[in-house]
Amino acid sequence: MNKPAQVEVRLDDLYQEVILDHNRKPRNFEKLEGANAYSHGYNPLCGDDYELYLYVDQGGTIKKVGFQGQGCAISKSSASLMTIAVEGKNIKEAEALKNSFVDLLTKEPVSGEVRSAVGKLKLFEGVKQFPVRVKCATLIWHALEDALKDIQKK
Amino acid sequence: MLKSRMNGHPLVYFDNAATTQKSRAVIERMSSFYKNEYATVRRGVYTFSQLSTRECELVRERCRKFLNAASASEIIFTKGTTEAVNLVAAGFGRKFLKPGDEVIISGMEHHSNLVPWQRLCEEKGLALRVIPVDDQGELDLEAFGKLLSARTYLVAVTHISNVLGTINPIREIIKMAHHAGAWVLVDGAQGAPHEKVDVQDLDCDFYCFSGHKIYGPTGIGVLYGKMKHLEAMDPYQFGGDMIETVTFEKTTYAKPPAKFEAGTPPIVETIGLGAALDYLEGIGYSEIHQHENELLQYATEKIKTIPGLRIIGTANQKASLISFVMQDIHPHDIGTVLDQLGIAVRAGHHCAQPLMRRFGVAATARASFAFYNTKEEIDQLVKGLHKVLEVFK
Repeated sequence: MNKPAQVEVRLDDLYQEVILDHNRKPRNFEKLEGANAYSHGYNPLCGDDYELYLYVDQGGTIKKVGFQGQGCAISKSSASLMTIAVEGKNIKEAEALKNSFVDLLTKEPVSGEVRSAVGKLKLFEGVKQFPVRVKCATLIWHALEDALKDIQKK
Repeated sequence: MLKSRMNGHPLVYFDNAATTQKSRAVIERMSSFYKNEYATVRRGVYTFSQLSTRECELVRERCRKFLNAASASEIIFTKGTTEAVNLVAAGFGRKFLKPGDEVIISGMEHHSNLVPWQRLCEEKGLALRVIPVDDQGELDLEAFGKLLSARTYLVAVTHISNVLGTINPIREIIKMAHHAGAWVLVDGAQGAPHEKVDVQDLDCDFYCFSGHKIYGPTGIGVLYGKMKHLEAMDPYQFGGDMIETVTFEKTTYAKPPAKFEAGTPPIVETIGLGAALDYLEGIGYSEIHQHENELLQYATEKIKTIPGLRIIGTANQKASLISFVMQDIHPHDIGTVLDQLGIAVRAGHHCAQPLMRRFGVAATARASFAFYNTKEEIDQLVKGLHKVLEVFK
């Protein structure tokens, strides 16, 4: 069990300023007009609930991303940062990033490749110390996976 | 357990509505039973089995006394409240209800007293009606009166809301339902731990509760049913113990309670439940009431002072729990910060999604108190909530 002083550190690891900022002011928090891929990410256990919209061009590049919905600080900031991270990437690159992000939060130890692949998103590594919150961080990425499948079916 | 530490802090356990911690008396009784008395029940000709059977039947009698049932045969042991509701939905609902009949539940039911009825209604083409909940979190009895009709076959309602803490006027609900010719099942999962129940005085048709919410073990609960109903109902599960005679052509069933208790029961859990009821009644409901009410009032006053905090459920008659939301901070984030400070609360929809929608929230945080909690612990909670505000400033 952790000592009280460590608790402060753990909370700071989890609720970093960037995460709190994206929770307060989520980016791309809108229903995307003209979207051609859609998915719904829902966690019945905690009620995190997001709709994800993508516009992917003919060449397979994700041109625009938008999301709407409600949930905890971790799920919302993760969604906000995801929309920024995948914009401009092609489907393959986005899928690879999703895999790296999920690995970052579920695999131990984290490889150097994963860490460099996720870049700025490694700030979510602190969530690992809170096992029940991992699914909050990964929810939107699984929704992304569904949305990408949605576009490939079309 | 209550002396444990969580994340470096002394544990403040405020998740009693989910499950209560166990008294030493319960743990020791179960342990000693395993060590010295354990044998199967109702099957053995040998002495230990007979003794084991006798102890379990003494607990049945203990439960009869606890609920003031007319006969110990009206006490059915189940896994818990959920199984008890399913047993009635299957054994009674499937046998007697016909298309066009109606079942009434309330807008504050736990999924366990909602989904079994919804499923039954879908299967049989019945209508499911819902008693509305007002802004305070009380049931609208006038609306209930209008829902009741000759088509109403059964009313299933919770004694105490696990989300709002509302103590429902079940005596009045039962009277109104009976006047319309309907039967009443009371979900006592939250009721029995806080309120003295007298099923004969209430005149309810079914009452059920769970052992683990009443200081006893998991895996054991009680369904009380009036004998005439239990006799008329079909069995719920089939197998050993619930039969009279079996041939390959036909099986005749045992009388209640055995009719509803197929298979080897949770023997030691049954023994533990008996010890829990002894413990609870040893303390006494009036003591429990007094202490829990003090905690509730103290906590309500203190928590109200936190900026932006909204209490969900402000009924006049309320058990010792507080559901709340804080500005736009998600309850899970509240729960995580409190956890880091050693405080265990529930965060989520509390298996009551329709009720969450009624109050326009996706989830709440809930602190639920038991008689072993203290005002000092509530002070810790209040400090923790200020910490939440600090993190999410």
